[in-house]
Amino acid sequence: MDIIVCLFLFAGLFFFTGGSVGILRFPDFYSRLHPAGKLATLGSFSAIAALALFNLHQFSLAALLTSVKILLLVVFVFLTSPTATHAIVDAGVRAGLTPWTKGEKRR
Amino acid sequence: MDSVFLYSGLYLAFLMIFPLYRALRGPTVVDRMLGVNAIGSKTVVLLILIGLIFNRVDMFVDIALAYAMLNFIAVLAASRYFHKRKGLYDELQ
Repeated sequence: MDIIVCLFLFAGLFFFTGGSVGILRFPDFYSRLHPAGKLATLGSFSAIAALALFNLHQFSLAALLTSVKILLLVVFVFLTSPTATHAIVDAGVRAGLTPWTKGEKRR
Repeated sequence: MDSVFLYSGLYLAFLMIFPLYRALRGPTVVDRMLGVNAIGSKTVVLLILIGLIFNRVDMFVDIALAYAMLNFIAVLAASRYFHKRKGLYDELQ
């Protein structure tokens, strides 16, 4: 049981690392959104699923309730993170930010 | 198992430096919003980790849920605010 929890947790941290490095390295705002939006969601899913799983160790009704609440949080993050990313893109497009093309300098 | 949570929490806190740097340096305002959003989603996971370390998970899950909601609403409000104002462009030129 512990191994599964550690596996999920390290997978979550790995995705978070990818997301953070991606935020720094990508040339343009729109390309930076890819890692930020996707990897943060997936990273938080696997990390929080690991913690929910760990919570079920000493199986009691209260622990089950807390785990269900944690999984509810995962569903909430799944719903809100892409929507927030979409709102940011909408603000960028509406303000007239043109996407980066290959030849341009890093923005 | 507690040390695993402690070190992963510390690593997650260290990971927050990159979006913080992006929020500070980001050329446009929307970059800054991107950094804040990334930090917010990491804080949610960090909160549950801290809850596990302190063995008070049910309290910290509620805090994490509230924090996720606030993060979402803040990003929406900020992006809605920048629809109207043209302040986005001063930094670009």
